[in-house]
Amino acid sequence: MSAPRRPVFVSRDAYRSRRLKDAARLLPVLGAALFALPLLWRSEGAATVGTAGTLLFIFVVWAGLILSAFLIARQFESGAADGAEAEPDRAEPPPGAD
Amino acid sequence: MVSLNLLAVICFGYVAFLFAVAFAAERAAAAGRTAWLRSPWVYTLSLSIYCTAWTFYGAVGYAARSGLEFLTIYLGPTLVMVGWWWGLNKLVHIGRTQRITSIADLISSRYGKSSLLAAGVTVLAVVGTTPYIALQLQSVTLSVAAFAQPDPAQPVPADPSATAVWVAVGLAIFTVIFGTRNLDANERHHGVVMAIAVEAVVKLFALLAVGVFVVWGIAGGAGAIVERIQASPELSAWRIDGARWAGLTFLAAAAFLCLPRMFQVMVVELEDERHLRTASWAFPLYVFLISLFVVPIAVVGLEALPAGANPDLFVLTVPLAFGQEGLAFLAFLGGFSAATSMVIVAAIALSTMVSNHIVMPIWLRLTRRGASVSGDVRHVVMLARRLSIAGVVFLGYLYYRLSGGGAALAAIGLIAFAGIAQVLPAMIGGLFWRGATRNGAMAGIAGGFALWLYTLFLPSFGPDVVLPAALMAEGPFGIGWLRPYALFGIEGLDPLIHSVLWSLSINTVLFLAVSLASFPEPLERLQGAQFVSALGTPGGARSWQGGAVQTEDLMVMAQRILGPSEAQALFRREAARQGLGGYLPEASPEFLEVLERELSGSVGAATAHAMLAQMVGGMQVSVQDLLAVADETAQIMEYSARLEAQQEELTRTARQLREANEKLTRLSVQKDAFLSQISHELRTPMTSIRAFSEILREMGKDGPFDPDDQARYASIIHDEAIRLTRLLDDLLDLSVLENGQVSLNIREGTLSDLIDHAVATAAAGEDGPDLRIRRDRGAERLPLVTDLDRLSQVFINLIANARKYCLSEAPQLTIRAGGGGAWITVDFIDNGQGIPREQQDMIFEKFARIGDQEAGGAGLGLAICREIMARLGGTIAYLPGQGGAAFRVRLPARAALAAQ
Repeated sequence: MSAPRRPVFVSRDAYRSRRLKDAARLLPVLGAALFALPLLWRSEGAATVGTAGTLLFIFVVWAGLILSAFLIARQFESGAADGAEAEPDRAEPPPGAD
Repeated sequence: MVSLNLLAVICFGYVAFLFAVAFAAERAAAAGRTAWLRSPWVYTLSLSIYCTAWTFYGAVGYAARSGLEFLTIYLGPTLVMVGWWWGLNKLVHIGRTQRITSIADLISSRYGKSSLLAAGVTVLAVVGTTPYIALQLQSVTLSVAAFAQPDPAQPVPADPSATAVWVAVGLAIFTVIFGTRNLDANERHHGVVMAIAVEAVVKLFALLAVGVFVVWGIAGGAGAIVERIQASPELSAWRIDGARWAGLTFLAAAAFLCLPRMFQVMVVELEDERHLRTASWAFPLYVFLISLFVVPIAVVGLEALPAGANPDLFVLTVPLAFGQEGLAFLAFLGGFSAATSMVIVAAIALSTMVSNHIVMPIWLRLTRRGASVSGDVRHVVMLARRLSIAGVVFLGYLYYRLSGGGAALAAIGLIAFAGIAQVLPAMIGGLFWRGATRNGAMAGIAGGFALWLYTLFLPSFGPDVVLPAALMAEGPFGIGWLRPYALFGIEGLDPLIHSVLWSLSINTVLFLAVSLASFPEPLERLQGAQFVSALGTPGGARSWQGGAVQTEDLMVMAQRILGPSEAQALFRREAARQGLGGYLPEASPEFLEVLERELSGSVGAATAHAMLAQMVGGMQVSVQDLLAVADETAQIMEYSARLEAQQEELTRTARQLREANEKLTRLSVQKDAFLSQISHELRTPMTSIRAFSEILREMGKDGPFDPDDQARYASIIHDEAIRLTRLLDDLLDLSVLENGQVSLNIREGTLSDLIDHAVATAAAGEDGPDLRIRRDRGAERLPLVTDLDRLSQVFINLIANARKYCLSEAPQLTIRAGGGGAWITVDFIDNGQGIPREQQDMIFEKFARIGDQEAGGAGLGLAICREIMARLGGTIAYLPGQGGAAFRVRLPARAALAAQ
């Protein structure tokens, strides 16, 4: 079975909506990396960040993550993604092709 | 000191308020006023049942004991929600399109509607959720006790079970009333969802109020609280533990997806898939706010309260210690809300699973022909669900009593998380991997579940409660590497992380390996294809073959499950879609599929499938059916390919016909033009012949007779008559040639002789400017076998044309002969102005004359030449780009060679 034909280039709107989906996918990766950052901090010695510092760091990252998610969701709401949502978001294997 | 009676009154008042909210919401939904019930905010708030009493009370205790680690419980779900585009949207979409009723239903539906798998997941969910319900009962009991106990340092009263009993009974009643109003579990429980949304607001508000009081009322501002955190010996001593930090974040994320109650509110109760967008940031914001004041409350509690105080109750005891009884009440209501909403939703989710996947299959098996013969199935399902709710709550209570309420709250919560997370590999694999099979899922879940029981759940009761102390310390039969907390010799790891690591990795490995090794049944493959490509292709393969089933029997069964009016409406709708009147549609595969999906909304996919299979007579899809379908598809494809070929042929024929028609039209136009040309050509000499013969007739009648004039007029008449004859000769010649009636007089000769003859003939009798002819006699020495007279006619015509039409000062004609190869060519090139490009393809047509040249001729010469050359097997063509008019005559040389 031949691969489904997909356009190589898409219109500006469809392009934007795809990049929006990319952003939505990348956001949790960024969040996870930032939340794991305190693991790399020095836990001994004089120059430690301390519990309060870690707490503040995590809450700042958290707030940033929420804000980014809000902005992305608002972009989705404003219909940037509506046009492209009907099409498959990636090349799924066609039924019966396993 | 608050009296317990006042507390009881407040509790009852609050519960009555919740009843009223739920009731109003149900009424509003029934009346169709659902706009605000369906808002994304209600959805987001309903997700907050993730934050149970464990969050409300336990998080502070957790912070007091283990520092910032409690944050991981919220960071995991935050990442899941923020990353909804990774798969949550797909999960939700499948849940809605397949009318999934629970997480067990999802797993069973994906893996070929397997009853066994559904039952397994249900057991897992019950085992994983029961401690959690116990936890909620415990938290309510503890919080009531906290009010009764003036000194927080004292242990809680020994027999708090009366509170737990009352709470359990009250919750069961509420859940039965609002959780089983409609049978279709896939329909929304508006009342319940609204009530838990209100409770979500209450618990957030309560926790924020206590937090604000602690930070600004006691500590004296945000800066001061940061200093206190740094100064606190317990908290500042905390060091981040990488394994636990990452492991707990992952565990919380997994549990967020797999917990039955989360699945219930996230997928089953969802109104509109777009709500997920709002929840993607609003739910993280909710848990952000929930956890904002946890550390401050813990710090102040550790400072202000005596050393023995239970940190799990700081949310209550801190306001009480500072004399803020109103705030303490609010905090109590918040905790109460958190506990009750969790128990209600968990009970609904579990009861759906238990009744659909355990009770109904057993009942169906016991009453063999049950679906079609016995009484009202709705009644049975409803009863099963209500009993399940009571049973689940009772199990929770039982667990609470048996465990004695001893362990720290958070520990039980995490153990439950680890248990339910065993569903994760099968779920994720089922959503994204076509190769995941039922056997793989069963092996993975069973393996993971067993390991979880052995390494975490059973040891968590303590040595010698379930597992003997000797076994925990030495391993079974003294085998050291099988110790529950140090499996395969991995020691020093945190027991929870140790268990999660082992159970989930063995689970995943078993799932993948068995999936790879086993072959899925046809129905599994169909469902797998539908699930994995859920967002891409709409619809999918069918799992039913239409057949002998009587629609009336189906109707009887559907009425018993869906209710008479709903079933009739469904059947009527389907009949209308098939173009039939009345209530009985054809039992087509499409209809069976719709019916099954509707039924599965009530009793789950596996049961619905089993019931329909009973009715339809075991006509489940088989490999043969699949092959038949594939065969049919192949036939259709072949047929359509044939059609396509036929169509192409038709198109080609049509094109040929069109071309032929165009040619005919052109020929008709040409014929008309030919006729009018002929008339014109004949008329001109006729006119002058008539005119001059009239003059001759009248001559001498009325004047002197001039013999000179007479001779001149007679010669004009003679000339015109000759011209007419020549024209008619040409026409005759052309007609003979065109009809192919000419007989060729083949003779031998040489090209140079022929050209000599033609030049001499063309020069004779013609006046006009002297035409110089340039030849290369050497090249002309070529033998010919052809009709020499006809060929010379062509040459004469070409030379005469050059003489007539070459308008150069010194007209000159070059005759260039060329032999060799298969063809002999003779070019006639003059030095005149040539023929304009647009007329080059017209000059060989009849009556074609270039421009307005006055030199006579009817325009038949080149047409005759072309016909002659065609008869001789050669061609004549105009040769452009030679500096003047140029014609190339080509003759096949074979004739010439044959002559030698």
